[in-house]
Amino acid sequence: MIVNGREASAKVEGRTLLSDFLRDGLHLTGTHIGCDTSQCGACVVHVDGKAVKSCTVFALDVAGAEVRTIEGMANPDGSLGVIQQAFQDHHGLQCGFCTPGMVMSAAALLAENPKPTEAEVRHYLDGNICRCTGYHNIVKAVLAASGQDVDALTGG
Amino acid sequence: MHDFDFVKPASVADAVAALKQEGAQVLAGGQTLIPTMKQRLAAPSTLVSLTGIAELRGVCIGGAGLHIGALTPHSDVAREAAAHYPALAALAGGIGDPAVRNRGTIGGSLANNDPAACYPAAVLVSGATIITDRRRIAADDWFQGIFSTALDEGEIITSVVFPIPEKAAYVKFNQPASRFALTGVFVAKYGGTVRVAVTGASNNGVFRWTAAEKALSADFAATAVAGLTVDSGDMIGDLHGSPAYRANLVKVLTGRAVAAA
Repeated sequence: MIVNGREASAKVEGRTLLSDFLRDGLHLTGTHIGCDTSQCGACVVHVDGKAVKSCTVFALDVAGAEVRTIEGMANPDGSLGVIQQAFQDHHGLQCGFCTPGMVMSAAALLAENPKPTEAEVRHYLDGNICRCTGYHNIVKAVLAASGQDVDALTGG
Repeated sequence: MHDFDFVKPASVADAVAALKQEGAQVLAGGQTLIPTMKQRLAAPSTLVSLTGIAELRGVCIGGAGLHIGALTPHSDVAREAAAHYPALAALAGGIGDPAVRNRGTIGGSLANNDPAACYPAAVLVSGATIITDRRRIAADDWFQGIFSTALDEGEIITSVVFPIPEKAAYVKFNQPASRFALTGVFVAKYGGTVRVAVTGASNNGVFRWTAAEKALSADFAATAVAGLTVDSGDMIGDLHGSPAYRANLVKVLTGRAVAAA
């Protein structure tokens, strides 16, 4: 498969999950495994541009696909991408465990819907669980990354 | 999970041939099967992935209604069915979460027939036809109790055809942890006939609430079901809701669905 723009291949078993292939096979450990039951969303990556929970996809089923992980979200010079920078600026993370999945889901949302409302952001992040932030600053970061003014948001 | 041989045929004929092996099982989107295999509740010796068969994907309007390929993910149905059958598109857009909707498929949901899944309600309420590699099966014959359907060993669902109603709505009382329906009711009006399908409530899986169908066929108004009662005898009772609670939800959600249709 093509991972973050580079050809990647390795021998895997039938049962090897995409999340395990990325982490153990390619050493791309930015994709986190939280629950391993497709509840938490820490393992979200993009397959052919669509967000999926990589703990619930077999690596062999997406052989040949284009996969993008959190490691592919930085700018070519290594600086943080727009969404990543917005998470830092708006304190959209504390422990950081859920952050890779949050960023990948946010990127999928903004690709579909470049100017989402606050409600649309919250709805889209339904499958990503954060136990630190209470979500408010994550939502703020996603809205900021979409170029919208976040000062109007209350609280946080 | 136990290891298995993985095959990804490019045609339905090749998939049917691969399924003839002992212990072979179909893999559609995997959003239920993979967690089930992780728990070792399923341990196929061969998995036959259908995701490489392009002809099994897509949404189009045909003579008998809306045709949906069995491997069409929920997110595609949510988008592509919206102009033709908005209540069905809304149902698809409310399954799981966005990442699950990008993988989970209508065929997988129907073959699994989870008692709290959303699609069974849509298929039953619409009197849809399930088309397999060898025959056509009416919705009323498809569902045979929880996790049980008319599908034979080695048979593959290829598409589902939905007659389009004049008015319809699905109301799901969300179970926020599982994102399945705690209880969900789909109401659809076809001329003078109204059908009501209920998921997430009965120990026997999806069912038609015939008393409400009769009342709503006579008077399509939320108040028409006010005098009816739902027997809680066969209702699911768990940590999230007692049988009596679910029986009440069936009635309340039916009224809401009629109002929303």
